[in-house]
Amino acid sequence: MLITCPYCGPRDAIEFTYQGDGNRERPDPASQDLDAWNDYVYGRLNPAGDHNEIWQHSGGCRMHIRVVRNTLTHAISSAVPARGDTHARAKRRGVKS
Amino acid sequence: MAEYSALSLLKNAFSGNRDWKPAWRKPAPKPSYDVIIIGGGGHGLSTAYYLAKEHGITNVAVLEKGWLGSGNVGRNTVTIRSNYMLPPNTRFYEHSMKLWENLSHDLNYNVMFSQRGVLNLAHTPGQLDDYARRGNSMRHQDVDAELMTPAEIKQLMPAIDISANARFPIVGGLMQRRAGTARHDAVAWGYARGADRRGVDIIENCEVTGFLRDGDRVVGVSTAKGDIRAAKVAVAVAGSTGRVLQLAGIDRLPIESHVLQAFVTESIKPFLDTVVTFGMGHCYMNQSDKGGLVCGGDIDGYNSYAQRGNLPIVDDVMAEMLAMFPSLASVRLLRSWGGLCDMSMDGSPIITTGPLPGMYLNCGWCYGGFKATPASGWCFAHTIARDEPHDLNAAFTLDRFQRGILIDEKGQGATPRLH
Repeated sequence: MLITCPYCGPRDAIEFTYQGDGNRERPDPASQDLDAWNDYVYGRLNPAGDHNEIWQHSGGCRMHIRVVRNTLTHAISSAVPARGDTHARAKRRGVKS
Repeated sequence: MAEYSALSLLKNAFSGNRDWKPAWRKPAPKPSYDVIIIGGGGHGLSTAYYLAKEHGITNVAVLEKGWLGSGNVGRNTVTIRSNYMLPPNTRFYEHSMKLWENLSHDLNYNVMFSQRGVLNLAHTPGQLDDYARRGNSMRHQDVDAELMTPAEIKQLMPAIDISANARFPIVGGLMQRRAGTARHDAVAWGYARGADRRGVDIIENCEVTGFLRDGDRVVGVSTAKGDIRAAKVAVAVAGSTGRVLQLAGIDRLPIESHVLQAFVTESIKPFLDTVVTFGMGHCYMNQSDKGGLVCGGDIDGYNSYAQRGNLPIVDDVMAEMLAMFPSLASVRLLRSWGGLCDMSMDGSPIITTGPLPGMYLNCGWCYGGFKATPASGWCFAHTIARDEPHDLNAAFTLDRFQRGILIDEKGQGATPRLH
């Protein structure tokens, strides 16, 4: 399986560490909403088909990458920096990043 | 259907083996049942068997998407053991072991259960200490365990490399002698025949396409063969749990589906009469009755429904096999295949009522479900029949994650690829 790192280009999957379901959103650290924390820590979407997931190029540039991969075929249709949505989330919360 | 016995073998041999009857019927589904079990794998079939045998509930249908035994029960590496450390796991898997020990007799079907022992190799003093701790925990709970020295291991399997020059020298091992293997297909067929003989309908090629609902309550399923109603609907679909529960509108679960590969080499002369696992990495291995060396390792490590894996794991498993047995270097690999594993967030299973009224859930077996087949069905049948868990599966709830009472044997946390 090849993953095209947006920073380094196509690399073998063994260079990457899988971080799982990329649809989860970390609740506000001050939140005491147990359901939201449970969903974030333990809930997974687990679809058969396109899966939105996070990989880290741990054996390369060490950047986090947002990948859309089909779990039925292992075909990757998109790999973009994950950094963008961290910024977007922070902005939504009014935190300067 | 007649009992299988030495006499029936002889009788059929004289009549040219032309009069054997099919081991189970092929009924059309009835419009309704007391219990529907989705999934005709090992766990679904054993659930049906124990519902009929232990609880007298025989108006039961097992719905299987493909043909019987076409999923994980027909594609695993057949290892059976109860060498767990945490009490809920040890108790549960030891109950399973005791059911295995009498299973062929109970089913009147030879599942070829062979208590040839499972040996975990240790490669560092720290690892051996850890094994001693697990072995002590097992012995506290009346499960057999013993530590072995490298010399004893060498005597047991002469081909193993115990030299100090090995990349990861072997310093000892933890042995469970009552552990072993069974013929996986026979387990599916034996449970199917046993359930069928007690009146359970096993319906193959009958994919579930939706749930029938009355408000929140599940009251049946839509299938490729029409709607079927039932007071209780049980789900035992392992790696397809996410897909099936999505049909009921549940899209988030503490489960990820991963692919696990397994391998078999060409047949060789008797070489290894124990199940052995490499401790520096992950590789487990046994020799089948046909002579092939059956082995496997870690899961590939990313979500997958593909039933096939990638080369890095092939490489890993082969390297570890050769680290144990260098003399196998010229043996050729015959086949490799992949199966779907329902990896849970703590590495332990879920056998529970719910999550919807009228529904019962059995999943989260990670890649160790085969050894659990008897106890899983036994406990799930109890849970379905009584609407409450047995003591043995009371800890395997779905809400244990939210409540913080995890059963994390490896201490890896909510990272399914590491369990």
